[in-house]
Order: sequence, then C-alpha cells, then structure tokens
Amino acid sequence: MKHTIRQVFRSGKFLLGFIIFLALLLITIFYPLIIKDAPLAIIGRGTFFPPGIYVNVYDSIGSPQYTLMLDDAAANRIASKLSNDDRLAMRDWLVADGIPENQIDINNTKALLDQWENNYDPKKQVEGMTLAKQRYYLRLNTSLQGLLSTEGAIIAANNPQSGALEESDSVAQTDYVNIKEVPNVRVLPLGTDNFGRDVLTELVSALATSLKIGFVAGTVATLIGLVLGLLAGYVGGLMDDIIMFFTNLFTVIPGFVLLILISFSIGQEHRGAFTIAVVIGFTSWVWTTRAVRAQVISLRNRDHVNLSKLSGHSVVHIIVADILPYIASYVVMAFILQISFGILAEAGLSILGLGPKTTEVPTLGLMMKWAMIYQAQILGKWWAYLPVVVTIALITFSMNLMNTGLDQVFNPELRD
Amino acid sequence: MKGYRRYFLNKALWFVVTLVCAFILNFILPRLMPGDPVAAIVTRMAVGMSNATGVQAIYQQYTELFGTNRPMLQQFFIYVNNVFHGDFGFSFSQYPREVADVIKSAIWWTICLQFPAIIVGWLIGNTLGALAAYLKKGFDKVLMPVSILVSNFPAFGMAVILMVVFGVTLKWFPASGGYGFDRIPDFSWQFIWSVIVHYQLPFWSIVLVAIGGQAIGMRSMAIYELNADYVKYSRFMGIKDRKIIGYVFRNAMLPQVTGLALSIGTMVAGALVAEIIFSYPGLGYTMLTAVMGGDYPLISATTLIITLMVLIAMFLLDIIYGFIDPRIKATQLD
Repeated sequence: MKHTIRQVFRSGKFLLGFIIFLALLLITIFYPLIIKDAPLAIIGRGTFFPPGIYVNVYDSIGSPQYTLMLDDAAANRIASKLSNDDRLAMRDWLVADGIPENQIDINNTKALLDQWENNYDPKKQVEGMTLAKQRYYLRLNTSLQGLLSTEGAIIAANNPQSGALEESDSVAQTDYVNIKEVPNVRVLPLGTDNFGRDVLTELVSALATSLKIGFVAGTVATLIGLVLGLLAGYVGGLMDDIIMFFTNLFTVIPGFVLLILISFSIGQEHRGAFTIAVVIGFTSWVWTTRAVRAQVISLRNRDHVNLSKLSGHSVVHIIVADILPYIASYVVMAFILQISFGILAEAGLSILGLGPKTTEVPTLGLMMKWAMIYQAQILGKWWAYLPVVVTIALITFSMNLMNTGLDQVFNPELRD
Repeated sequence: MKGYRRYFLNKALWFVVTLVCAFILNFILPRLMPGDPVAAIVTRMAVGMSNATGVQAIYQQYTELFGTNRPMLQQFFIYVNNVFHGDFGFSFSQYPREVADVIKSAIWWTICLQFPAIIVGWLIGNTLGALAAYLKKGFDKVLMPVSILVSNFPAFGMAVILMVVFGVTLKWFPASGGYGFDRIPDFSWQFIWSVIVHYQLPFWSIVLVAIGGQAIGMRSMAIYELNADYVKYSRFMGIKDRKIIGYVFRNAMLPQVTGLALSIGTMVAGALVAEIIFSYPGLGYTMLTAVMGGDYPLISATTLIITLMVLIAMFLLDIIYGFIDPRIKATQLD
C-alpha cells in the first residue's frame, strides 16, 4: 500500500492534478476562516460593480488630509473624465482647423489639451459642420475648462435650524487621504454579481458546494456501480442478465435527459444541493457497473479466489479480501471521474434552470446561470462568468490529470 | 449477408426495447414523485400563466387528453397513443401554441447544428489523434496538453469564451440567435446568409469540445495498435510503412466509432447547453423556456424527442459499425 502511494505520487501528471485540486480545496477551507462574510449577502445596490477597492467617500472626507504636490494629478484627472469619443471629436476639430493628423496623439492627454487650448476658437466656422456639432464642441470646451480649474470642492452641511446649506469644509485638488486611515474600505477583488453579491466570496462558497455535490454524486454513483458490478460479475447467472439489461438500457438512454426529468419532477421547492447531488449520482453509475463487472469476471476464476472458496470463506469475505483489492485502483479512478462529472452535470442543470434553489447556497452552475441570464458576457462583465468557467475547468482538469496519472501507474502499457 | 441479418435484427430489437423503456421512463418519472401530480402540474401551470381562461382551457384539455383521472396503465396507453399521433397537447407557457408545433420549429435547428458539429469534431479529433500517435515528438507534445485542456472545458464554458472573443470583442460573428432579429424566415439570400453567419459560433464551440476528447482517445488507441504484434510482424516481413499505417488506423478507428455511439448522449447534452448560451432557437433553448415557464408538456415532449434522436443516432452508428467491421459478421456466424 505504502509502495503504491509512493509510486502514484511519483507520477508527474497525478502530482500536478493533485496539487491543483488540493489548492482549490484548501482555499475553500481557509478563505471562510479569514473572511467571514456571508456568501449570499447582497451588499451592492445595482448590478455588476467592477473589481477594485471601494473607499467610502463620506469617510474619506472626514479622514486626515495630506497635501501632496504631484505634477500629473491634473492630467490624470482629466484623462479619466475624457472619454474616447471626446478625444476623437477633439482630433476631428483640430484636423479641420488645419493641424496635421500625425501631430495629434489622442492618447497623450496633456499634449492634446495643450493643442486644444491653443487652437480652439468657439467663433470659428468649420465648413460642413452642423449646428448640433458646434454646440457639442462648445459644451466640451466649457466642461474642459471646468476640469482645468484649480479650485477645490466645497463641502456643505444642511443646518437643521435654518434649513440653509452652510460650508463646513473644503477639499483642495491636492488633498489626499491615506487609505489605511479611512474606516470603511471594501476590497472586491472580483466585483459584484447581478444581485450585488461579492463575487469572490460567493465563488469560494460555490466551489465548496460544488465540490460537495461532486463528492456526494461520485460516492452514490460509485457505490451503486460497485455493488451492481460485483453482483453481476461475481454472482452471475440471472442476476447478471437482469443487471446487464438495466445497465445497457441506461447506457443508451441519455443520463442528462433523465436528470432533467427527475429534477423537474422534484420541483423547485424541494431541490436542495444535496438532492441534486444524489439525483446526479443515481443517473451516472452505468460506466462503473460495466467496468467493475468486466474486471470481476476476469478475477472470478483466478486461483486465489478458488482457493478462498475451497477454504469455505463466505461470499462477503471473498469479495472484500480477494476481489476488492484488485479492482480498488480502478474504482478510485472511476470515483475521481464521477466527481468531475457530477460538478459538470450540476452546472449544466443549473444553466437550464433545474439546479438547486438560488436562495440557499451558491453553486458554480447557479453563478453561471445568473451571469448568463443577466447577459454578463455581452455586457463585458467578465468577472461574473470568467472566474466560474476557469474554476470549473480547473477542477475537471485536475481530476482528469489525476485520473490519467493513476491510469499510467496501474496500466504500464499506457506509459509514454 | 446472412451473418449481418442476425446482427441487424438484434440491434433493431434492442432499439425497440430501449425505445419502449424510454417511453415508460418519460411517462412514469414525473408521476413517481410524492403528492398528486395533477395538482402539482396545475399549480405550477397557474404560476406560469396570467391568462385565467387559458389556465381553464388547458386544465380541461389536459385532463381529457392525458386522462389523468383514469388508472395508471390506461393513462400510459393514452399517452403512447397521443405520442404516436404527434399530439403532445398545448404548451403551458406558449399557449395557444401546441407542443408539437413548438418542437417542429425547433428541432431542425438542433439537428442541423449538432449532428454536423459532432461529426466534424469526431473527424478532426481522430485525424489529430492519429497524427499525434504517428508523428510523436513536438506535435504530440503540443497537441496532447491542449487536447486535455480543451476536452476538460465544459461545453458552456467554451461557448461563452468563443462568444466573448469572436462575438463581442472582435465582432466577427453575431453573438446570439439563429438569424438576425430584423429578418423573417424565408428563402431569400439575405436570410440564408444570416443563418450561416449565426451558425458559426455555436457550431465551432461544439466542434472544439468534441475534438479534444476524440483526439485523446484516438491517440491512445493508435499507440496501442502501433505496438501490437501484427505491426512488428509486418515490419519484419518488409511491408511498406504506408500500408502498415493503413491497417493500424483502420483498427484504431473501429473502437472510436463505438466510442462515438456511446458518448453521443453526453455530447448532445453539452450541445444543448451551448445552444442556451447562444440563444440558438433549437431544442436546448426551447427546454430553457419550458423550464422557466413550468411548462410540463413541453419538457416531457422535448426530452422524449432528444432521447429519440440519440437512440436513432446510436442505432445508425451500430449499423454502420456492422458494415465496416468484418469481425462482427464473423462472431454472428458462429
């Protein structure tokens, strides 16, 4: 046993898969210990806040202020306000004004603004320009001047007695706060989803649930497959015929269809993550049964099994002591594949709207489903779907690597 | 032909048996659940619909059509009878359209999308796998990890990524739908062109996922065959490499046909989800709307049609397999 395990871990493929899997598992264990937010808590009002550090504006006004004289502050400020369309429009005007196009760099905000300030003349008539466009340039110019002003912003508070606004403070353009001194800062590394939940916290929790679903589904499927395979292979006869009839039947009838029918029949109210996992397990035992049966049949008439029979051991003893050890490696491999299949099946079901209830637990499939329903992929909100896809791919990839590695250890023929 | 006849009869019989069982499962599974199925269906139906007269009409029609007040066995025969007449009742969510009508408009989209995609994926995957086994070295080193990665990608993940890259960012192809929103289905060139353009992304997303799995399978089959005794013997006899490779690939190919037959169910399931991502007007998308609307007759009919499609595909593959593998005939003659 010790030797086998050492050999298994010497396989590079298995090791890589195992490390990826272990890393994912450890994340699901330790992340909730460090960050104790409820995964389904709705914190954002609005959909799909982009990833980043969220600093409380109100608190940052009250925090100690530091004056930093930075040269590029004004340029950065304008650059963030100036949209790409505005830049293109500015270039068009400047070109119309007679400045060669190759001298204008719309990505260099400072140079662009200098050119604009030196050349823009609101009274100039550009040939062929509509009145609306002229007005647009006037507005653009005004707003640019507003941006270029060096005055600060005034903070006013409402006086409860008189009802008038009174200046309480002012913020200069050179004022900074230290983010450590702002009491409320929330880091959302993956932004929020369509409900306004923290995607990263939800993702970790979903990963844990999905792994559990995969584990339960895999256990159920492997157990059923093992028992039926052993019965069919060892007992044989009529038992074998009956079991093989059903096995062949369910090989042909798509498991996904059964899954859909059963999940729909259970109804939205009763569909918990555990139920879904068990249902997935009940529809995916076929391959394990087939393979276990084939292996058991080849083992059944080996000498050591016959010896055991002659010694008067019970059927259970023979199966446990003389047959199981020989098929153990195979069963472990099948189990690993079933886990990854279970996770994929849950995701597929959830996208169809037949997954676990949305309000109870997050699962990878449900996250994907809601991202799709809110069209995150078309709106370019990558943080809502890409981490989910990558996580699912990582799980299945690690499981398959482990499986391939084990296969190569136990079937030397397959080694490169 | 004598040997084949038994093989085909055997396969046909098995086809009929599975079909009957699929019917039974499709009928019985929703009725096995605890509680009164009619009441459950009616409440769900009421939730999905706002039209009171519609609910009433469906309820009456449903009880009449399915005979829900009669014994189970009788219900089953009514159900089978209805199915054979193509009568699946009204759709709850798209009332007053009939289920048969909804499915009729969706099924061709699915058939024309999935079966070419699966076959093309199978062909490309097998060619690549065989090349990897034969050429080894660099090609194998690049192809294998890529194949493993791609085949592990969930079908919907591949769909989303293709959609974002080619549909949303690069804007080469439209990101969703089966044809342009501004078109009415007809036989004009613009419509056909619009369909072809919309076809590309769903098609390639299914092909790519299929390629990975098939390439891996073909590669290990071909490596196994290349090390077989008959190859060594042939080399020893001085038979040309080209001819040996012909034998090897034929032998390696055969299990891949069975492999395709066995994996076609999973592939179709994946492709159905890919359809949903692309809002492709096929059976997958129909199923989604049916689930959203709690539309029991539509779901039941869709799952039945999908099972039927998969069963027919498997049956055809079995028949083809019988023709291309002479060993089948030999075993049947014994």
